[in-house]
Amino acid sequence: MTRDEAQSRMADVMERFLTLACRRLPDDVYEKLQECRDAETSPLQRVVYESYFENLALAQKLDRPCCQDTGLPHFYIRCGADFPFIGAVEDALRDAVRRATVSSPLRPNAVDFFTERNTGDNTGERMPWLHWDILPEGSDLQICVYFAGAGCSLPGRAQVFKPADGYGAIVKFVFEAVSGLALNACPPLIVGVGLGHNIENAGVLSKMACLRPLGTSHPHPKGAKLERDLLAGLNGLGVGAQGLPGERIAMAVHVESSARHTATIAAAVNVSCYTHRRGFITFHADMSCEQSSYKGVTL
Amino acid sequence: MKKVLTLPIREEDIEALHAGDVVYVTGSIATGRDDVHRRVTAEGMDSPFDLHGGVIFHAGPIVREGEVDQLISVGPTSSIRMEAFQAQFIAKTGVRLIIGKGGMGPATAEACQKYKAVHCVAMGGCAVSAAGQVEAIEGCFWRELGMPECMWILRVREFGPLVVSIDAHGGDLFAATRAQAAARRGTCQEPVEDSVKDYMTVE
Ligand code: SF4
Repeated sequence: MTRDEAQSRMADVMERFLTLACRRLPDDVYEKLQECRDAETSPLQRVVYESYFENLALAQKLDRPCCQDTGLPHFYIRCGADFPFIGAVEDALRDAVRRATVSSPLRPNAVDFFTERNTGDNTGERMPWLHWDILPEGSDLQICVYFAGAGCSLPGRAQVFKPADGYGAIVKFVFEAVSGLALNACPPLIVGVGLGHNIENAGVLSKMACLRPLGTSHPHPKGAKLERDLLAGLNGLGVGAQGLPGERIAMAVHVESSARHTATIAAAVNVSCYTHRRGFITFHADMSCEQSSYKGVTL
Repeated sequence: MKKVLTLPIREEDIEALHAGDVVYVTGSIATGRDDVHRRVTAEGMDSPFDLHGGVIFHAGPIVREGEVDQLISVGPTSSIRMEAFQAQFIAKTGVRLIIGKGGMGPATAEACQKYKAVHCVAMGGCAVSAAGQVEAIEGCFWRELGMPECMWILRVREFGPLVVSIDAHGGDLFAATRAQAAARRGTCQEPVEDSVKDYMTVE
């Protein structure tokens, strides 16, 4: 296969995958959302969840994006060192975004700085947003697609603390972020917490935390416990779906960490709304591919 | 029974609403978000569509543009972004119903009381259901602002459910929820802070 062939195949597949991923929730998120619904008892919460599930069903039936804010396209990529078409990936993803904007359609959300013009096709300066991790072994390309909406991006924040502030500062910071603007971010949320040593490293990790499959936990037992404790704490605030009175403001809290500088503790919080549009897809060296987020769906 | 407000909305319709009520709306409503609000207030331009007794919907739809524009999906955006403009917008346009997502601030709440208006939330993320309640796109103003930001006029039938979040009597559902969350925060946060007290200890 030539590079051009690989690029055009990837663009085709990714256009279809973007179209799929903005229409339905990944299986793990859909199940968790049902669980949250069942935990709510108030009539107002029932009204909200009825709307949620009716809308998700309609989106599939009418073949449309489930939320009008299809966000900006983010791609978190894990690329095996032996994947043969690494140079074709960025152009392929850009093409896929451009085409899906018309064919899906996606709402054109990308506005370039300073010209302040909407580009009309969801691409622009450094957009789609790509994050690369190179894996030392293997020839697979794993792509995680995420649609970053505005409501759920707005509460995001990062701060660097002194070691004297300890882990307590992290806890406070998470509570502040979630009990503030996150009420408007269409709860129940997935709360991603990134721990590192400066804001951009904590920020990237907070995003990776959001993207982690539900049901997984931080590898260190203390990290995993912090995730559970934060979830229980946040869900005690008396806030439910849509930020209205209820029981579950969050579906999950995920923590990701890197080593920190001995003299700093950085924390970032990134939240994702209930329409957590995130899908995993893997391309092999021969450009065959499979997705793992939506059972029973072939691309 | 479904409580349906039919446009134009009168002062007494607003008086009858209370935070937490679930309502639906029928008539021709306008979308408007950051740029529309800035134009009508900070930039001093007149709303191109008469909003007296009407509805401003904080929303940026997906429209398949063509000879006849087709609405694909529409849903509320975070209302708080419009807080800086909303009170003046209500005063200037005579709008009675603001539909959005999440709460707004004290200036809007005050204007709702003073000018007899309410803020309601539509279900965020429920864009396909909402589009199904739109019968037609009746117009589009300020198209140069781009698809999400321009003002679309939508003819809707029994659009909802909408939850009244700020009423004209001083009731504010999100402020109340926030206050409750703030009151509970200590009890919820302290045990978590406690549980990490010795996390700085070297293992
Ligand atoms: S927060 Fe999420 S579900 Fe809500 S409107 Fe934004 S993108 Fe849609």
